[in-house]
Amino acid sequence: MPFKKPVQKYNASINTVELGVGDKKIVLGGENVLPLYTFDGAIENAPKVGIEISDLGYADQVPGISGFYADCATIADMAKKAASIEAVDFVCLRLDSADPNGYDASFEDCVATAKAVAEAIDKPLVIAGCKNDEKDAQLFTKIADALQGKNVLMFSAKEANYKGIAASAGLAYGQKVGAESAVDINLAKQLNVLITQMGVNASNVVMNTGTAAAGYGFEYVVSTMDRVKAAALGQNDASLQLPIMTPVGSETWGVKESVASEEDMPAWGSQEKRGIGMEVTTAAAVLASGSNAVILRHPESVAAVAKLIKELI
Amino acid sequence: MALKGIDIFKLTPKTNCKECGNPTCMAFSMKVASGAVEITKCPHLSDEVLAKVSESNAPPMKTIAVKAGDTEYKLGGETVLYRHEKTFVSKTLYAMTVCTDMEDNDAKIAESMKVDYDRIGERMYCEYIFVNCGEKKDEFVALAQKAAAANRGVVLNCSDVETMKAAATAIKDAQPILNGADASNYEAMSAVATELGCVLGVTGADLDELYETVTKLEALGNKNLILDVGTASVKAAFEGAVQIRRAALLNKDRTFGYPTIVNVAKLAAGDEAFETALASLFTLKYGSIVVLSDMTYAKSLALHGLRQNVFTDPQKPMKVEPGIYPLNKADADAPCCITVDFALTYFVVSGELERSGVPCNLLISDAGGYSVLTAWAAGKLSASTIVKFINEYEIANKINNRTLILPGKVAVLKGEVQDKLPDWNVVVGPAEAVGLVKFMKELQA
Repeated sequence: MPFKKPVQKYNASINTVELGVGDKKIVLGGENVLPLYTFDGAIENAPKVGIEISDLGYADQVPGISGFYADCATIADMAKKAASIEAVDFVCLRLDSADPNGYDASFEDCVATAKAVAEAIDKPLVIAGCKNDEKDAQLFTKIADALQGKNVLMFSAKEANYKGIAASAGLAYGQKVGAESAVDINLAKQLNVLITQMGVNASNVVMNTGTAAAGYGFEYVVSTMDRVKAAALGQNDASLQLPIMTPVGSETWGVKESVASEEDMPAWGSQEKRGIGMEVTTAAAVLASGSNAVILRHPESVAAVAKLIKELI
Repeated sequence: MALKGIDIFKLTPKTNCKECGNPTCMAFSMKVASGAVEITKCPHLSDEVLAKVSESNAPPMKTIAVKAGDTEYKLGGETVLYRHEKTFVSKTLYAMTVCTDMEDNDAKIAESMKVDYDRIGERMYCEYIFVNCGEKKDEFVALAQKAAAANRGVVLNCSDVETMKAAATAIKDAQPILNGADASNYEAMSAVATELGCVLGVTGADLDELYETVTKLEALGNKNLILDVGTASVKAAFEGAVQIRRAALLNKDRTFGYPTIVNVAKLAAGDEAFETALASLFTLKYGSIVVLSDMTYAKSLALHGLRQNVFTDPQKPMKVEPGIYPLNKADADAPCCITVDFALTYFVVSGELERSGVPCNLLISDAGGYSVLTAWAAGKLSASTIVKFINEYEIANKINNRTLILPGKVAVLKGEVQDKLPDWNVVVGPAEAVGLVKFMKELQA
């Protein structure tokens, strides 16, 4: 009796969402098979790799990150350098400076930064906020206005602030909206429904179903994505057929494994290698669970994860 | 095809004798069909019936017992493709590679063995050594013995039967996995494995050939197998790992109902970060043994953490040991923060406290592995449990500082805790861990 290959191909598929404009624009999603299962059916749009830059700079990071940007005088230079990596599909600008509990940069400054970055690169741009819901809502609105026509992703709207972001970025200024929920399939579904009920077309929304670094309650991240894809494809649940983008670097570069110095943990060896280990492990795991895009920090991680995707798709 | 309850019922004596512990033969049959009870509990069945039922109702994926040093592990035995459907039962084991063609095997083993630590009650280390037979076949036995001496599990990787036999015989007490059977040598290789009582690793040029070889091995009576997905390409290895698992669990095809071995060291060919990415992929997608080039903390901290999460039973929360956890080089004069023993709470809270840079003693109380609010609602985090913890662990003797910070979510407990601990200054902390950095800095100021 010969081996009979099982096939899990679905009639439903994940929505496609376009980011950016021109030659370098990217398409997320579109598949009708489980994550990376090309043997069940072709995956036309391979998962994408983004690189994250912070407007506060990366002077205090590990040498591989700080050194990479060492010759960059401005954030626009950093963006250009980041986008110059061939494997990078898009750039994510994190506006850490806007944090009211930190540097508390003004809206004007942040908009100017976003504009400078958008003009410096021809790859798609994702704008991440400062994790302060109120400030982010206003910030995204102003940037969405200033960057009209660039087709950027505002990453992300949450349950607490989605209204303003969806209305401005999603409806008024024709940008893409990120829908961020905290590792729970029901919360993810609810936020998608709320945003689309406001009139934002689902093909303009990308989910962030929540993330963690590997080892830090990561089983919830995996199970949430597993269940989202199962519902989207298996049960044709339109409210979950949105592509998923997962910020990985911003999580993994903050945990003990990546920040403990070699003086404090001599047995652990190179801090940089530990950080890359955490970043690629987490990225590969979210890709296996269903992310259509990941955002990383370290150029070596970008190379490794892009290679993984290339080999698999 | 598994027999249904009604089919099993037809084979029972139908006397409702209750000797199996069930009220009726029907009830017993239903339980057997669901896998809750062994058919052998019924004393009135012929051997023929027992064999028929246990064969047809055996789990779709076999559990293969292996020995790694002094520790016994189980590979396979999975019943679901996704952990949320029930749980994964046999965690991925990691191996490091040595090869007869490499010079520095001793140093490499010693270096990889240094990675050995505890993470939330689980020993994290490199469970296996993968001994590859390269061009220098005559050195295989000696290298196998070196690997066995490290007191870890050994996978012998060699397709030459005589060389394999010599090495396997030399270290048979270590019960190595003999990874070397293929379409050309399976009969002889299987004889060696059977004679020594070892698990046999099987590979094939593609899935069809592998399937055929496994069928032939089973016909020879060898069902103590592990399937090597090969190293033709990343794509082929990934397809192999997924298809083998899906064939067993979705199609109930027992020919592929075996655990797998994935050599990511070979697939990555020296690209360290890529190797780690592959190991992560195959930890999630169905690798039972993942072979790395070596084990370093850079790989282990990430991969073992990932594995510990993914192989957690969703029905049982991960817990940390109750006790005092000094952070940021805290001594007896640093203030105390108390919270629950749910692992995720511990990680988030300790992470934020560390980020604050303020020395403090994190007190983890026994709350049954629940989060703060759940534990409070279940009565597992209350003024009395806090006081009980402080007394049982003799916190007042061990710590001089008398500031006790409660989780903001249970601010309601402050009055009662303060009444019961009059010597202490009870303070309410932030409701979310993210607020701890600011809170601790202000407290210190």
